[in-house]
This record gives sequence, C-alpha cells and structure tokens, in this order.
Amino acid sequence: MENQATYNYKVVRQFAIMTVVWGIVGMLVGVIIAAQMFWPELNFGPYFHFGRLRPLHTNAVIFAFGGCGLFATSYYVVQRTCNVRLISDKLAAFHFWGWQLVILLAAITLPLGYTQGKEYAELAWPIDILITVVWVCYAIVFFGTIAKRKVKHIYVANWFYGAFIIAVALLHIVNSLVLPVWGTMDSYPIYSGAVDAMVQWWYGHNAVGFFLTAGFLGMMYYFVPKQAGRPIYSYRLSVVHFWALSFTYMWAGPHHLHYTALPDWTQSLGMVFSLILLAPSWGGMINGIMTLSGAWHKLRTDPILKFLVTALSFYGMSTFEGPMMAIKSVNALSHYTDWTVGHVHSGALGWVAMITIGSIYYLIPRLFGRDQMFSVKLIEVHFWMATLGTVLYIASMWIAGVTQGLMWSALNSDGTLAYSFIEAVKASYPYYFIRFLGGVMFLSGMLLMFYNVMRTISEGKAVDAPIPAVAAHA
Amino acid sequence: MNDFTSSFWGYFIAAVSLGGIFYCAYILATQMKFKLKKGEKAQVTGHVWDGDLEEYNNPLPGWWVGMFIATIVFALVYLFLYPGLVAFGNAKGWSSAGQYKAEIVKADRQTDALYAKYMAMPIAEVAKLPEATQMGKHLFQTYCVQCHGADGRGAKGFPNLTDNDWLYGGTPADIEHTLKVGRHGQMPAFGAVFGEEKVRDVANYVMKLSGNPAYNNVRAERGANTYAQVCVACHGTDGKGNQALGAPNLTDKVWLYGGSEATIVETITNGRNNVMPAWQDFLGDGKIHLLSAYVYGLNPEKK
Repeated sequence: MENQATYNYKVVRQFAIMTVVWGIVGMLVGVIIAAQMFWPELNFGPYFHFGRLRPLHTNAVIFAFGGCGLFATSYYVVQRTCNVRLISDKLAAFHFWGWQLVILLAAITLPLGYTQGKEYAELAWPIDILITVVWVCYAIVFFGTIAKRKVKHIYVANWFYGAFIIAVALLHIVNSLVLPVWGTMDSYPIYSGAVDAMVQWWYGHNAVGFFLTAGFLGMMYYFVPKQAGRPIYSYRLSVVHFWALSFTYMWAGPHHLHYTALPDWTQSLGMVFSLILLAPSWGGMINGIMTLSGAWHKLRTDPILKFLVTALSFYGMSTFEGPMMAIKSVNALSHYTDWTVGHVHSGALGWVAMITIGSIYYLIPRLFGRDQMFSVKLIEVHFWMATLGTVLYIASMWIAGVTQGLMWSALNSDGTLAYSFIEAVKASYPYYFIRFLGGVMFLSGMLLMFYNVMRTISEGKAVDAPIPAVAAHA
Repeated sequence: MNDFTSSFWGYFIAAVSLGGIFYCAYILATQMKFKLKKGEKAQVTGHVWDGDLEEYNNPLPGWWVGMFIATIVFALVYLFLYPGLVAFGNAKGWSSAGQYKAEIVKADRQTDALYAKYMAMPIAEVAKLPEATQMGKHLFQTYCVQCHGADGRGAKGFPNLTDNDWLYGGTPADIEHTLKVGRHGQMPAFGAVFGEEKVRDVANYVMKLSGNPAYNNVRAERGANTYAQVCVACHGTDGKGNQALGAPNLTDKVWLYGGSEATIVETITNGRNNVMPAWQDFLGDGKIHLLSAYVYGLNPEKK
C-alpha cells in the first residue's frame, strides 16, 4: 500500500488516458466502415472487410472507450464520495492491465475472424473467461471501497455504478454460456433457436441499459453537479427513477425481435416494458438538466458543461425515440433500417461519448495538478465538432432509415412491392456520405482532445489528492 | 399460447410481469404525494459528499408522474388485448400469425380479380399485353430478383432467363411447371471415381464440345472415351443435354457455373446441386401465370 492518506489516482489516470486513446481507435474504425459503406472497394481481403471490422468498431467504442471511461470515473467518484482510498491498489492495477489485455485480444481475434456471432458479445470463449475474472476484481474493488466508506449515505452516482457492475456481470455470464471446443477458439452455444435469440437480446438491450445507460448516469450524477456547482435537483426523483430503470430495462430486450419467431406474449411484454421505460429514463435527464437551474449562465462560458448538458439532451431524445421504436407498428417501419443505426448513435455519440468527454476534461487537470485544461478554447472547438458530427450522423440515418422503411413497404396496386431492395440502397447512398462526414468530424474532435490532454499532462505532474476529513453530517 | 408443457410457467410469467409493473407503480406512489406549498422552496437533504455535493428534495414533476402512470395503464390494457400474461389466456383471440393471415386475405381480395383476368388467356398471349408485362415485372422484382437479378440475367449458379437457353424447356407450359413445382438439378461428383487426370481429360473434351479452342487435343481424345461411357447417360451422345433431366447442353457457350477448364474440373470433381424453389403454395396460380408470361417474354425471339 502506498500512502494511506491519499486517493488512488494512478488507476484513474491510466483509465482516463486510455479512454481517449481507445476512443480515437474505435471511432477511426467506425469512420473506416462508414467509408466502406460509401466506397465498397475499400473492403480489402478478409482481415479488412466490413464484416470483421464492424464488430471491432462496436467492441472498441463500447468496451474499450466506454469501459475505460466508466472505470476511470467510477474509481474517482467512489473514492471521493466515500472519503476512502480504493481497498486494493493491486487489484485495481490488475483490473487495468487485464482490461487492456482483453481489448488487445479483441483487436487481434476479431479481424482474424474468431467470433461467437452474438452482437456486442462476439469475443471467443477464452476471452470471455478473462473478462469475467477481470470484472469480478473490479466488483471487489468497487464494492469493497463502498463497504469501507467514511460517510454514512451512499451517493446516488454509486447506486448507478453499482447497478452497472452487477447487471453486466449477470448479463455477460448468462449470455456467454457455451460448450467450448477445447484447444480451439470455437464453441457451441448452450441455447438454441428462438431461446438463443432471446437470451442474446436480453443481453444486447441490457448492455445498452446497464453498460451504456446506468454506468453513464453514474458519471452524470457526479460530474454535472460538480461542474455546475449546484445540488442535484431531486433526491426523490433519483430514488424513483433508479429503481424503476433497473427493474424495467431487464424486460425490454424482445423489442429487438418484433415480428420474428419469438412467441407473441414475449413480444407484447417487451413492447410494454419498453414504453414504461420512458419515464424512468427521463427521470435521469430531468434530474441532470434541472440541476442547472440557477447556473444556466455558466453554459455560455463553460464548454465542459456544454458537453454534459448536450449529452443529457441527446439522452432524453434517444430514450424517447427508443420506446417509440419499440411500439410494434412503428417498429414495422423502422426495423432493419438505418434508422436503428441512427438511434444507436444518437445514444452512443450524443449521450455516451459526450458525457464521457465532458467528464474526462473535468478529470485530467485534477489528476495532473493543473487548474484547467491546456486550452479551454480547444474544448469549445471540440464541442462544436462533436455536436455537428452527431447531428450530421443521426439526421442522415433518420432520412436514410425512414426512406428505406417506406420503400420496402410501398406496394403497387397489384399487391406487389413497388421497389426492389437495390433501389432502396441507391436511395440511401448519398446519406452514407453524410454519415461518413459526421463520423470524420466527431473523430477529428477526438484528435483535438488527444492533443489538449497531452499538452495538459506534459505541463502538469501526476498528483494523488489527499483524503480530507469527513464533513460533519454527511 | 401453448408455448409450455406446464401451466406453471403461465402463472410465473404473469406474476413476475405484473409484479414488475406494480412495483414501478408502488415506488412512484410512495414519492408522488410530496408537494411543495405555494412559495415554499425545496430544501437540501442535509447529506454532503466530496466537499460540496448536495441534493435538493424537489417533488416529482407532475407531468412526469402523469406520463409514468399513462404508460403503466397503457401497458395493462395492451397486455390484455395482445396477450402478454400467459396465465390469463387470450380473451380476444389475437395472434401475430392470425393478424398476418387476415391481412393477406384482405390483400388477396383486392388483387385477385386483377390476376383472374389473365388466367383465362394463354401465356404467350398474356406476354404480349403491356399492362400484364408490367405486373409480371413487379412480381419478378419482388420474388425472383434475389437469384436471377433485376434484369433476369442471373448469376453464377442462377440461370440467365433472357438467352433462350433452357435447362428444363422454354415453352410456356415448361416455364409454368418450373415455377409451380420447382426444380432440383443434380450433377453427381466424379472426382473420386475418375481420379484427377481423368477428370481433366473429360473437362478438355467438354471444352472441345462447346467450341472452346483452348482445349488440349490429347486430353480431349482420352476424355471422349470416358464421356462415351459415363457422361453420355445424361448429356447425350452429341452433348446437347436432356431437358427432361435438366442436363445442360454442353455444345453451346452458355455456362451456369463457368466454362473455364478450372471450373469444369471443379464441376466434374465435386458435382453440383441446385434448387429452384416451388412457388405454387406461396404465390398461387394467378401470380404464377403472369410471372410465366413475363419470363417467357424476356426472350426476344419469342415475341
């Protein structure tokens, strides 16, 4: 153990820097596959083919970029709101290096074609086992630190981080159950047919619900009030929306399988729970945005706050869009179209990436003994690039998606389809270029961030903040 | 709704689903009564974290509570109409399969007359009518393009329908029969029987038959013997094939899989297995009649 009187910022620093690095890598792969959609001749050989790069993109942005962001912030938040150092520096270090190894293995095996073919759970079984081990260590460090806290109440951010850790462990293990073929990377799923599909989308939707929502709400609940300098709007709302969100998300998976071989009753349940999810989701948005009342003027000058509040706006928008798309008659239009891709990215770029970027900009100076980032102006530029990039992305995919949905279902008077599939592809083609542009813009913003972070680090010095005495009635 | 072997699961599903919904309603109910008096400001809870993190205790926004309750009520009504609670049965008798069938019946009722009009006419005559050709094209673009291509020219393994070369015959009756009951084309694998050398010999003879000058004369002569013993059974002594079996004519330049030496060797070695699906049950006679006319009309000489 190092000096007991300080917080462990080392692991936070490591994860924070890798958040930016993996963000750039993951989004670069995203830009490449977006380019492949517009210029199909960019599909070179098997290793550089869309089919293998696409899971690399999703894994890199969700688990490498998003994961590192969640780990950095959760370790920072849990220490500072519990007034206690992480219970084990060694386990935390194992968590960091273990996770980097998982990412590295993913980056090697996915282009080589090793996959379980389950969306967002493609990694082969040996890597799944490594993930499980690393995740359990993370849980031990996080919950162990909570157990040792010096303040009586557990801060709301930690509820969400805790729910994220427990739920993801459950999801990952249940969905990854396979019979391995020893000596190979291959395996047989233990589920079959519609059951396999249901387990996969129970996992898939809750990866969105607990990895990409609950975890990042934890981030929101610390960094928004800190940056705004205002108390959280409503404790009551936190309680209601936390429990309702945790309870309801678990049911929403079947909306990914509307109008399939999934039994009707399952589809009906999935649809209504997705609708019920609207209010609990918006609870988080209200609590975040209303926290700014009394501090709205700060939005004019503080680009970090702009990132955080814009993230909340996109969160509100995509959690409205999601339940609407889960309604079967809307889904009949939207399913299998690029509208889904747009919806995912309004959550992924608008909410997940922006809240992470804002939080990392908050963290970096504090981790390296500086008052602020090297250049606040560059944060402002990054904010506008990110916002514009997101808007270009989702608007182009909305138009392309709705166009596809309408063309696919348009009928001639004789009852036949009015358009062949290729005609809808042709109609979508220009929008694939706009999507590519949006991606390039978002990625360029990340490069600015990298520069800004590196300059801040080189001018600063790694510091571990001392643990202050506990406030009187916390 | 009989997805289960035991009625227990119906009750289990109903219990946990309703439990989940009522739990949401319950936590909402515990918190929604709290209101601020006029002019009263919300207080902080008194807990402080990390120096300055505090929480107000504002009441839940009324519109938000209303929205929450509305979705819960909607959910309960929906679960009754479109059964999601297995134990409570299916009072309205709704099913997605039933909804689909009803929509198909309705759609067929609207279009049946259109197709019936042409049923009485011979296919060759229908092929001459512009509006029938247009309808046939619509059908083709919906059901056939996936394999035969938007222009009907096919692809490797999928016959070109515009070249007047027919595996199973090109009369209107042949085409209609193909569409109705499908076809299953099989070329047996001779790799193990012939051995590598003999396969190449036969391949060169086949190249010679089709008028491909790239063939090796020595091999082709040896291959001719094997052809006469084995291949002749389906492809005939003159190599012109047999439409009754779907055995291709080997003397023309039309190739389903390709006419290079390597591809012919591959075909003889591993054989080929090809299926044209049967459409009668799915499309019905009226649509098949029009489609047959359309495909018949794709071949210019026939017009």
